[in-house]
Amino acid sequence: MLVLVLGALVILGAIYAEPAPLEQPVVVLPSPVGHTATVVQRPPDETVVVLPSPDGHTGTVVVQRGGERHVLNQPFAASRLTGGQSEMVQLSDAEVRQSFAVTLEALPARPTTFLLYFVRGTDELTDESKQELKKILAELKQRPVPNIMVVGHTDTVGKLEANDLLSAQRAERMKGFLIEIGIPAGQIQTAGRGERELLVPTADNIDEPRNRRVEINVR
Amino acid sequence: MRWTLLVCLFCFAAGVWAGDVGRIKAAAGAVFLERQGERLPATVGMPVQESDTLVTGADGSAGVTFSDNSVLSVGPGSVLAIERYAFDSTTHNGHFDASLKKGTLAVVSGKMVKQSPDAMRVRTPSSIMGVRGTEFVVKVTEPGN
Repeated sequence: MLVLVLGALVILGAIYAEPAPLEQPVVVLPSPVGHTATVVQRPPDETVVVLPSPDGHTGTVVVQRGGERHVLNQPFAASRLTGGQSEMVQLSDAEVRQSFAVTLEALPARPTTFLLYFVRGTDELTDESKQELKKILAELKQRPVPNIMVVGHTDTVGKLEANDLLSAQRAERMKGFLIEIGIPAGQIQTAGRGERELLVPTADNIDEPRNRRVEINVR
Repeated sequence: MRWTLLVCLFCFAAGVWAGDVGRIKAAAGAVFLERQGERLPATVGMPVQESDTLVTGADGSAGVTFSDNSVLSVGPGSVLAIERYAFDSTTHNGHFDASLKKGTLAVVSGKMVKQSPDAMRVRTPSSIMGVRGTEFVVKVTEPGN
């Protein structure tokens, strides 16, 4: 109860905190002194660039601008509007990374999924997965305010109900490790799927190590 | 009233405010969320909702992760409106419309775009971008800059 009350105070504090004023940039417009010709209002300049993802794959962005359509599907292919002129150009990795350095720096770590495996019939990780867990925990510590979903699974050995329970235990055990490194319990959800979602489809009562696992989904 | 507060607290703890579609994961310099006419200082961990506008000052940058695993960031002097956002975590159907009025934007699309290639659209003052499962950056500047 005390925790709830303290939580309420924190929330109310956050709600009623005075918003700090944003610096308003002073915009100085050039005055068309001495001009009698009509000043043409030009739209803002624009640049759109497709980047390759870390796995090397490049997707597609279709840019529709007025009657034009630019299909960008090569790494660093760009669609530009400069002084009202629309064109497709090829930019270099270096110039894009430089031009968007601050923005790309602020890009959050991509959501990802880790898999860990268990000793048959237990919520003990295999030796290999114990090592892997250390790496995962180290990586998770680097992520600000992670949201985590842990889903436990089993192989088809044993009864369905027993496996539902075991899979939930596996997920809870992992949640314990995450709490130990300082991730708030409220940011970790767990679920047990028993033998209902096999990674490797098998018949009933098959001892399949790859099905005895947890998925740790991190966002 | 007491119950309402308790329910709200529970939702907060579980991170399941009905309107939350994402979360601020990075914020440096002046960063604000404009929500229903209010300008809220944005801090790491703050939830983002549909119809929020993300605004950065001349020294600001911010990163947001969304419920469909899409991530985006804005650089200094940016105004990005999250115009429409919905995502069904079971079917992976959804839609995501954002509008960059000025500044810079980086986007890595998420699950809804994998499910349906037309789910995400980003607008600028002169263009509309359809996103087919990819990473891209956008810049909008006054002419001559």
